[in-house]
Amino acid sequence: MQNLLKSLDYSVLQQCMHCGMCLPVCPTYAETKEERHGPRGRISLMRAIADGELEVTRAFGDEMYYCLGCLACTSACPAGVNYAELFETARAEVERRHVIKSTQRDFWRWSVVKVLFTRPRLLRLAGRGLWLWRVTGMQALTRALRLTYLLPRRLRELEPQAPRVGAKFSHQLIKPVETPSKKVARTFLSVPPSQTAVPFRRVAVLTGCVQDLAFPEINRATVDVLLANNCEVHTPPVQPCCGSLHAHNGDLESARTLARRLIDMIPPESFDAIISNAGGCGSHLRHYDHLLRDDPAYAARAVEWSRKLRDISEYLVEIDFRKPEARAVTQTVTYHESCHLCHGQKVSAQPRAVLRAIPGVELHECPEATWCCGSAGIYNITQPVTAGRLQDRKMANLRRAHAGIITTANPGCHLQIQNGLRAEKDTITEVAHPVVLLARAYAAERK
Amino acid sequence: MNTPTLESSLAEIVGAKNILTESEDIIPYSFDGTAAIKRLPRAIVFPSDAQQISEILKLARSQTPPVPVVTRGSGTGLSGGSVPVEGALVVCLTKMNRVLELDTANLTLLAEAGAVTQEIYDAADKAGLFYPPDPGSMRVSTIGGNVAENAGGLRGLKYGVTRNYVMGMEVVLADGSVCWLGNKCVKDVAGYNLRDLFIGSEGTLGIITKVLLKLLPKPAARQTLLATYAQMDAAAATVSDIIASKIIPCTLEFLDRKTIRCVEDFAHAGLPLDAEAVLLIESDGHAAAVADEAAQIEEIARKHGATSVRRARDSAEAAQLATARRSAFSALARLRPTTILEDATVPRSELAHMVRFVEGVATRHALDIATFGHFGDGNLHPTILTDERNTDEMHRVEAAMREIFDEALRVGGTITGEHGVGLAKKKFLPAQLGDASYTLLKNIKRALDPDGLLNPGKIFD
Repeated sequence: MQNLLKSLDYSVLQQCMHCGMCLPVCPTYAETKEERHGPRGRISLMRAIADGELEVTRAFGDEMYYCLGCLACTSACPAGVNYAELFETARAEVERRHVIKSTQRDFWRWSVVKVLFTRPRLLRLAGRGLWLWRVTGMQALTRALRLTYLLPRRLRELEPQAPRVGAKFSHQLIKPVETPSKKVARTFLSVPPSQTAVPFRRVAVLTGCVQDLAFPEINRATVDVLLANNCEVHTPPVQPCCGSLHAHNGDLESARTLARRLIDMIPPESFDAIISNAGGCGSHLRHYDHLLRDDPAYAARAVEWSRKLRDISEYLVEIDFRKPEARAVTQTVTYHESCHLCHGQKVSAQPRAVLRAIPGVELHECPEATWCCGSAGIYNITQPVTAGRLQDRKMANLRRAHAGIITTANPGCHLQIQNGLRAEKDTITEVAHPVVLLARAYAAERK
Repeated sequence: MNTPTLESSLAEIVGAKNILTESEDIIPYSFDGTAAIKRLPRAIVFPSDAQQISEILKLARSQTPPVPVVTRGSGTGLSGGSVPVEGALVVCLTKMNRVLELDTANLTLLAEAGAVTQEIYDAADKAGLFYPPDPGSMRVSTIGGNVAENAGGLRGLKYGVTRNYVMGMEVVLADGSVCWLGNKCVKDVAGYNLRDLFIGSEGTLGIITKVLLKLLPKPAARQTLLATYAQMDAAAATVSDIIASKIIPCTLEFLDRKTIRCVEDFAHAGLPLDAEAVLLIESDGHAAAVADEAAQIEEIARKHGATSVRRARDSAEAAQLATARRSAFSALARLRPTTILEDATVPRSELAHMVRFVEGVATRHALDIATFGHFGDGNLHPTILTDERNTDEMHRVEAAMREIFDEALRVGGTITGEHGVGLAKKKFLPAQLGDASYTLLKNIKRALDPDGLLNPGKIFD
């Protein structure tokens, strides 16, 4: 196979006219002030490879993995460079050439990306294991006995960051098909029609992998708000990973396989919309059209899929969701924008609109709301130092908003902020998805 | 590697982690914001002060042959001024980026050369002060680069360019000596005005390391207007009439149809897609004066056939319109692979003629040329949209550029209003300066940098 960067449409590389507008928004360039750590520099390296002036080297590979893939550069780029495509292609080429191969890296990549995240049942089993580990007191015991020191150093440092797995998974909280109850219909009648999303709609909900394990209540809340807006909600109980993790880590083939499986499971032609509630997944999910463009059997359905894919906040605003009735609860809330929701999906105003619609919620903006928190998929595992610095910067900015609840719409960011709070010994501030707050407001109406 | 010890000696000066020599590190320093010019340097060093730069220059000079030194900030230049010479040592000042002092008693600001212009603006703004020069790249570009290139911007009409705000600077000469030129005195006539010699010297006479800037009180009010035209001539006539009416807005920007479309595609600022031209006009100053000026401008625009005049409702909308304008150059890259931005500037009375002339050039050479620019100060940006891989088309681009510059000079203009000569314009410079002035330029360079150490091959050979 030819070099993937050489087989790219060269105009995608040429689109970058190196004006440098991407530099002030790039978190890694801000860290080092060195060109190679900014988008313009990385693209110049890709172009040098495409031009045959540079080999795919270990240093190039390291650079591609030093990039967070936060896509802030794509929002800042007036020339409209498709950095996401360049970045994924470059990582795929790095993987194909095995320039940063090591036995340990290969084992973890194989076990996590290839095995765990392609088999949803196995992933849930692993999740159940983690859950048992915690609830049976094993975790506390091993920590107390300092047995964690038996783990390799990297794992030991990561162990406290591992997500707290929920007691139940999405399929235990959500039925495969749920329809708006009569009660919901009655609620509809009591409010003016202009405030309601009345027409009946049929939607599918994607439960995600990390969301399913760590935050199944967010999936439940997503279904609840859709039901409250007169949607019939389909949630297949065992869903494969969407392939975001694979595409992001240079394994485009697995990403395509997973995309086909998901399209088969949720035929896009049967739904009004396909709903994602995780910024990172959604950013990948809406590009199935691009991912499968050369697959004659799936290309057309993938186009349909991408056309119907919506982030939950985006969809709620689009259908003019019903605003909950007034309540006296007062909550100060701030919003951290997931990179892949704001830069990848360009959904930025809608989650705020959802929050503002909740009676009693006071939205306080935090500085640098769109600056990456350092989670970035598995970046906090692969680049702990940079991720840590970004986490500190994010926590300081979130504090400036003086909010009791920090909201965000991506499980990676959610975990990163939770871990940040834990490091600060903060047990009061809550982290929540905007739809969870909306679902609570709807639930309060019924009391 | 003819002198394997240069790198290790450099590492001793700046520390090993502040010198880059690997291919993956230096390739990203082989270009700046200029299209189609790329040259690979030998190494990049990140000094932390003038003393280190002095030592670097002495070391570079002591090599046989001397190693050329090219200074660089964020690399946003548009004339190839900071593109390295092949094998050069790049001295990158992006890590010298502190604002050192804000003197509210004297209205000055002292910053290291690598400070980003936007941060200087913000620091002044926080103190109720105003740093007016605002090059399109101000969010990225560094103040040292702005001074070295004498950068302009959107507010040049009323407030002038970078030169008008430099009160002093620290500069390292080619022989390694460190000089302070200028001071906080508003009036100072001691000796030659050497400070001005270094402003716009494009890194060929010395390395600017600190800059002392003049600040102004922040204007109390601002009003932004967007006037839409069905014909370019009507927009030009509006500009002439505004100036003739003795109104000097702070910004008077022009975008043609192609530019409007690209900019709107990126910025979603609500620009009219069916317009032939728009003028973006901003008035600032005392609230009453601004209101009066804005009303007069609106009247003049309507008199000359503006199809609509929209006033920004609030500062957010005004900022959105300004951001849209700032993105014009990069946004045009959406149309063709290579974007060559020129900055031919003419006396304001010749603007309408020049815009028409550029349209004629585009037709004659079968090229795609978009035009936008600072109409108020006569600074045009004819932007050629092309593909550097198409040799035949690039020859036509060459010919078109020659015609545009010849015509600009014929009507009393200049080959560059704000980007500098660098590599891109040097072949047009003799025609503008004439023999005597051109020789004077070279003599000054020879006097200050006899070895031709600093940014060789820029401005002239």
